[in-house]
Amino acid sequence: MNSAQPLISYAHVAKTFDGGRGRERVVAVDDVSLDVAEGEFLAIVGGSGSGKTTLLRLANRLIEADSGSITIEGEDVGNADPILLRRRIGYVFQSGGLFPHLSVAGNIGITPKLLGTPPDEIAARVDELLDLVRLDRAPYRDRLPHELSGGQRQRVGVARALAAKPRIVLMDEPFGALDPLTRDALGDDFRELHRKLGLTTVMITHDMTEAILLADRVAVMRSGRLLAQGTPAELSGSKDAYVGELLRTPRRQAERLGALLPRDGAA
Amino acid sequence: MNLLADPRWSEALGHLPDYLGNHVRVSVTALALGLVVSLPLAIIARHRPVMRGALLGLASIVQTVPGLALLALFYPLLLALAALSLSWFGFGFSAFGFLPAVLALALYSMLPVLRNTITGLQGVDAAVLEAAQGVGMTPRQSLFTVELPLALPVMMAGIRTAAVWVIGTATLSTPIGQTSLGNYIFAGLQTQNWVFVLFGCLSAAVLALAVDQLLALIENGFRNRSRLRATLGGVGIAALVAATLVPTMTRSQTNYVVGAKTFTEQYVLSALIAQRLKAAGLSASSREGLGSNVIFEALASGDIDVYVDYSGTLWANQFQRNDIKPRQDVLAELKTMLAKQNITLLGELGFENAYALVMPRKRAEQLGIRSITDLAPRAVGLSIAADYEFFSRPEWAGLKKSYGLSFRAQRQMQPDFMYAAAASGEVDVIAGYTSDGLIAKYDLVVLNDPRRAIPPYDAMVLLAPKRADDQALRKALQPLLGRIDISAMREANLRASGNDANSSPDAVARWLWEKIGTK
Repeated sequence: MNSAQPLISYAHVAKTFDGGRGRERVVAVDDVSLDVAEGEFLAIVGGSGSGKTTLLRLANRLIEADSGSITIEGEDVGNADPILLRRRIGYVFQSGGLFPHLSVAGNIGITPKLLGTPPDEIAARVDELLDLVRLDRAPYRDRLPHELSGGQRQRVGVARALAAKPRIVLMDEPFGALDPLTRDALGDDFRELHRKLGLTTVMITHDMTEAILLADRVAVMRSGRLLAQGTPAELSGSKDAYVGELLRTPRRQAERLGALLPRDGAA
Repeated sequence: MNLLADPRWSEALGHLPDYLGNHVRVSVTALALGLVVSLPLAIIARHRPVMRGALLGLASIVQTVPGLALLALFYPLLLALAALSLSWFGFGFSAFGFLPAVLALALYSMLPVLRNTITGLQGVDAAVLEAAQGVGMTPRQSLFTVELPLALPVMMAGIRTAAVWVIGTATLSTPIGQTSLGNYIFAGLQTQNWVFVLFGCLSAAVLALAVDQLLALIENGFRNRSRLRATLGGVGIAALVAATLVPTMTRSQTNYVVGAKTFTEQYVLSALIAQRLKAAGLSASSREGLGSNVIFEALASGDIDVYVDYSGTLWANQFQRNDIKPRQDVLAELKTMLAKQNITLLGELGFENAYALVMPRKRAEQLGIRSITDLAPRAVGLSIAADYEFFSRPEWAGLKKSYGLSFRAQRQMQPDFMYAAAASGEVDVIAGYTSDGLIAKYDLVVLNDPRRAIPPYDAMVLLAPKRADDQALRKALQPLLGRIDISAMREANLRASGNDANSSPDAVARWLWEKIGTK
């Protein structure tokens, strides 16, 4: 595929939710156009209710768009079978979304199983993926999700998303519920996976610091609208007040940390 | 007396393979049918609020119908359906026993299964459902690999409740002709055989507890994702069902089924008939505790082969006659009317068991009451008790009309208790049965019926249509006809109402045969 052609492309996409009985209609995504190039790591940043999760789910048709078009690998998703579409796009859920009644191996192998992969191939793939997300094979393979820590659960979630060897991975606030150390380690590990496997990743986060540290490009959403997009450097040139506000926080944190932590102190 | 040395325990134990096997068969079938219907309904209804409400509402209404009434309602319903199917498709089916019991119990089992399945499925975490969709499951795959496995513990709790309800309620299927552990309880209540009542209650309770605990083991296995426990429970259930069913499966089918209604005399007479058939080398079994209307229809459709009914009951109930005729005319007309339904009136046994107004001898003498005519003017100050059906029977309407009777109070009672109630003065008058041994025991007196408002009630043997030309059967029963007089029957009934080892219907029937056979 020509790398000039975007792998994921949103063109004038809109989605409105019927608010339910007696409540107002909510415009979740409002005329958004956005391209993600092959191999790119894009972070979508916004507060709650900004429409960032909806935008992500439109890509694998967990939610159907009202208008506009979304193409993935050059194909309009509206024409694709949603079930097959989801099986070839990895999806990492907030706090894992693991099936509580299935073992780690059962969770990781679920999409290959749905695709009809033979059991011995699935078992081999599960071991490979456990190595990839840095969990020891023997002690973890047969554990149930409730026997894992939050970070381990999210590693399994990532492994599950990668099981069917997708080119695209969508991540819905994957590291939001983790403690800072775990979060940092997982973020670095995933960034490495993204590079090694040549993935195209779209990650949702409310944390601008995380977005800047992990992503190649950052898109900012508010009230369903895409306010700005670009590399961190490009974003800092934005005239939008909200974007400026979002960028000020990490900058201020960095300055304060720099002042408070002596450079040659204990790490 | 040593309680455990009572021979009635071993007699009760002798019935256990038959009663328990039938009980398990009807319960398991009903539960299976209930599950097969409820589970898909619950799955379809879980996302449809209107259907869900309607289903749960309907199932709750069913639950409020008393078990006995629900079972009783299915009998006429199926009878009508069987008649329809016979006229439309050319084949009928038995509306007696197994089928109505299974249908009513299945209906009874639906509420807990529906409710817990819907609750269980709705309780599955929304995030997990999203994940199922996100990894590329079809709705069907999501249901079977994620939702149902996660809802299973809650569903199993509902199935446990349903199983216990069905096993308990199945004891009530005896009156519609389904043999069950209820046979002990109904027979025991009628013949004051408390050993039987206790045995029936205990065995039903033990069965329910055993099934509940085994299902609990399966539920526990699901909850803790322990395959071992779930398997153990499943194997236990299968073993229990097999162990209770095998003895009744391998038993040879008996040829003749003897019916009995719900009172002591009927238990004794059916035991007597069964004994005579066996003595003649025919195999026989009893279906006891059948309701008055059920038993006649069961005979007409061939579900039972022989039983004893009373001329007045047939006259008034089955043929809806309320005219008063002399005894011989009633018998002759009955014979013709029965012949139209191909039922054979084999003959009379020799005694009458009529309804009669009965009161304590002393009280009657004090008040100077000898007949119902004497009673009528004093009735407004007196109370009357009768069995569960008397006040809705045509005899009662006839009595009220002929004598202008009107009592201060009217009560319904278990027949065996009302004689004692009359003797103790708790009620003033009872509608008793003339052949009842308790009349003599409690020193009661039967009031004359000068206006003949109560029709004659000759006990007579009826044969099913398919047994009309059965010479072996006729020959075996011939020695009973005309041989049992009122005093013999009264004494037999008195013996059967005792609460000791010699008062079982079988023992009394043997005594009665010796008394009349050697006469």
